[in-house]
Amino acid sequence: MLPSLPNPRSFDSFASYKEQFIWEEIQEAISKQTSADVTRVLQKTTRKTPLDFLALLSPAAEPQLETMARLSQQSTQKHFGKTIQMYIPLYLSNVCSNSCTYCGFSRENKITRRILTQEEILQEAKYIKKLGFNHILLVTGESKNKVGLAYLQEAVSMLRPLFSNISLEVQPLTTEEYIALKEAGVYGVYIYQETYGPNYSKFHIQGKKADYTYRIETPDRLGKAKINRIGLACLLGLDDWRVDSWFTGLHLYYLEQKYWQTSFSISFPRIREAAGGFKPHVILSDANLLHLICAYRLFNATLELSLSTRESPYFRDHVCSLGITSFSAGSKTNPGGYVVAPASLEQFAISDERTPQEIASMLALKGYEAVWKNWDSLYN
Amino acid sequence: MKDSLQIANTTFESRLFLGTGKFPSQQVMQQAVIESKTQLVTLAMRRIDLQANQDDIYQTLKKMDIGLLPNTSGAKNAKEAVLAAELGREALETNMVKLEIHPDQRYLLPDNYETLVATEILAKKGFHILPYIQADPVVCKQLEDNGASAVMPLGAPIGSNQGLTTKSMLEIIIAESNIPVVIDAGLGLPSHAAEAMEIGADAVLVNTAIAIAKDPIAMAKAFDYAVQAGRLAFLSKTESVSTITAQASSPLTNFLHTS
Repeated sequence: MLPSLPNPRSFDSFASYKEQFIWEEIQEAISKQTSADVTRVLQKTTRKTPLDFLALLSPAAEPQLETMARLSQQSTQKHFGKTIQMYIPLYLSNVCSNSCTYCGFSRENKITRRILTQEEILQEAKYIKKLGFNHILLVTGESKNKVGLAYLQEAVSMLRPLFSNISLEVQPLTTEEYIALKEAGVYGVYIYQETYGPNYSKFHIQGKKADYTYRIETPDRLGKAKINRIGLACLLGLDDWRVDSWFTGLHLYYLEQKYWQTSFSISFPRIREAAGGFKPHVILSDANLLHLICAYRLFNATLELSLSTRESPYFRDHVCSLGITSFSAGSKTNPGGYVVAPASLEQFAISDERTPQEIASMLALKGYEAVWKNWDSLYN
Repeated sequence: MKDSLQIANTTFESRLFLGTGKFPSQQVMQQAVIESKTQLVTLAMRRIDLQANQDDIYQTLKKMDIGLLPNTSGAKNAKEAVLAAELGREALETNMVKLEIHPDQRYLLPDNYETLVATEILAKKGFHILPYIQADPVVCKQLEDNGASAVMPLGAPIGSNQGLTTKSMLEIIIAESNIPVVIDAGLGLPSHAAEAMEIGADAVLVNTAIAIAKDPIAMAKAFDYAVQAGRLAFLSKTESVSTITAQASSPLTNFLHTS
């Protein structure tokens, strides 16, 4: 039997909130959802809870995917209109002190390591700016000494005049460090738990990332630092994706209750090949991934749902109107990949290699406008 | 006789204002604006790219013969809203500003307190302020005192297309206001807009309902008709269907006539 939902405000951090729920029980609850449960949730007009999310994620929902897609499309259009926000990642460094079994940047992989100098960052940034981007995501591996607060502060301050919206996907930091980065001009921080399950330590063998609790409490620190947007995700394919996604949804619910001024984002990193030859536990089908996108949208109407160039042009062209609100385009996943060192090794292979303008034209054909700027640095 | 609307020093023949977000393309937005016959559109300062590539929303609107109302959407407090308003005044060369302050990102509901503070500051700086606000009659009077040029109470949560869920409060606001009342947010159908005009709103602002319609251009026209119809109905002063029905006999007062 599932516990009722305790009030997130009674807990200090998500680590303690999550202890109220047991992985295997959630797995069982998802598998026991019925078609009637799914229908009840789809008909519900009040705010959905994580208990409703169980039904939305369940195999019992699969026969109703067409209905879910229609409702997801309607809900997304109401809140976001017929628009897709465009962003691009800028990899600053692939130096990493972590050993993670699935990642190309994992420390034991014999690849050329590179940390872009501030001058190189600027070269890359100017190229990106010319492509039309105003929203940028700075990405690094985990290297506290070489790529720490000072390095990030310097990069953000330098890029602030060029971009209206700067977000980070870097190692977990302290609340004080996040406050300093917000001050420098950071809008959002994307921090992925990868998996909420019992196998976390099997995938994260060494390095700071092996500290499960420190990582899972990171969004709490972001909330306390009043970072505008927090991005969550699990790495789809590491473990049971339905259960991992449910815990991601629970995390989201907890954070929304505690940090009501923050906006949230979910990404869908479906495992692809990377250096090291990692074999995923499961490979999600396109139907699974669409199901997951719709489940999140019906669970939460105002969430940013982001789909990267990991996914194929065919899949992206078809799901851009079914719940997704944010697209990357023209991405390179290696430091210096745009101009400085185009031949260096990527973190993961890009599947959609079309130019940003080609993506914008595709969106226009689908009746959607690519939005390049929807924030202003004056709000930071 | 002309039935025009005056807000600050600007006169409007159309009582329909449009938002410019959420459209499938700028061409469709442009056509919808034309068909709606609106004379005032609002645009978010956060959407405008002043380093101007030609696709920018502001570049599109600037070419049209239409009033631009910059809004401060994205501001979480009075301080940020004042900065955005100043940027809007400089960039769009207008003193008018739609003041929007929404600290929560889920429902985008306005913060009454911060809005009052920002209105006071901006009024002293010579702005003509149109605050987006909860349908709270007391706050609307305070905004009037603080120098607002109009008030823009919400009909329902933004983007919800629910219509006038705050109707009883809107009726009080309309009855008490000495400045124009523009009903903003939540109008999902032309009939909602007509209803707003029938109860005496001075104008309405519509965005989502037009932008995400299958045919936004036709929907823009439908809203124009609805606003005109509602206004005409209000002016013709037809009493709404009365709950006071005539009685054939007078059981309570008959005693006066029988002695």
